[in-house]
Amino acid sequence: MTLEVAGKSFETDEEGYLANRDDWNKDVAEAMAKLDDCELSDNHWEVINFLREYYDEYQIAPAVRVLTKAIGKKLGADKGNSKYLYELFPYGPAKQACKYAGLPKPTGCV
Amino acid sequence: MADEMMEPGGGGVTKKFLYVNRKAPYGTIYALESLEVVLIGAAFEQDVSMIFADDGIYQLKKGQDTTASDMKNFSPTYRALEMYDVEKLYVEKESMDARGLTPDDLVVPVEVKTAAELGDLMENQDVILSF
Repeated sequence: MTLEVAGKSFETDEEGYLANRDDWNKDVAEAMAKLDDCELSDNHWEVINFLREYYDEYQIAPAVRVLTKAIGKKLGADKGNSKYLYELFPYGPAKQACKYAGLPKPTGCV
Repeated sequence: MADEMMEPGGGGVTKKFLYVNRKAPYGTIYALESLEVVLIGAAFEQDVSMIFADDGIYQLKKGQDTTASDMKNFSPTYRALEMYDVEKLYVEKESMDARGLTPDDLVVPVEVKTAAELGDLMENQDVILSF
């Protein structure tokens, strides 16, 4: 599959995850979100940027439980909970946010 | 999908799982597969331990550079294990000595145990998986 952004096409897998992490930029994230009828707010970006930093550090996209805990540590308990994260990313915080962040699907996510 | 919905720890039985890693990190897929199984299994909140012995010690070696082999250097991922509540990491003393390594050479904190001590540890497990 390919994703068209501003006249350029990007290779994705069958679920829309970016094939090459280096292809990622903010426009790609916006385009992916648009396909899901999702408008990216500062709160979305906070999670997306967190995931990109996490991946740089650990070379892995975290499972949802780990993401929730880590967000809580970094951004506070009012954000490190399932309710907050599911409101931002109704398709599943780890899955959906990782996709917009240009990361592979979290390990263990089926 | 399923794991996004599932809140783990829903009253299941906790078993003691031990993963034994004996192979060098690259050249075969064993090390990476083991690590992935551990991370996936962590969602089920079992009591997990990992042993690194023989060339498996090298999985944890600091300063890995895989550029020439064109494989992903996944050694940073071992540092994520703690966040998955996998904190019992053991290395075999004999294997460390034979390779001139100390815990300071490794990317994560480990406990050094002799082969005999690891034998006792194995005795107390419910499930042992070897990679």
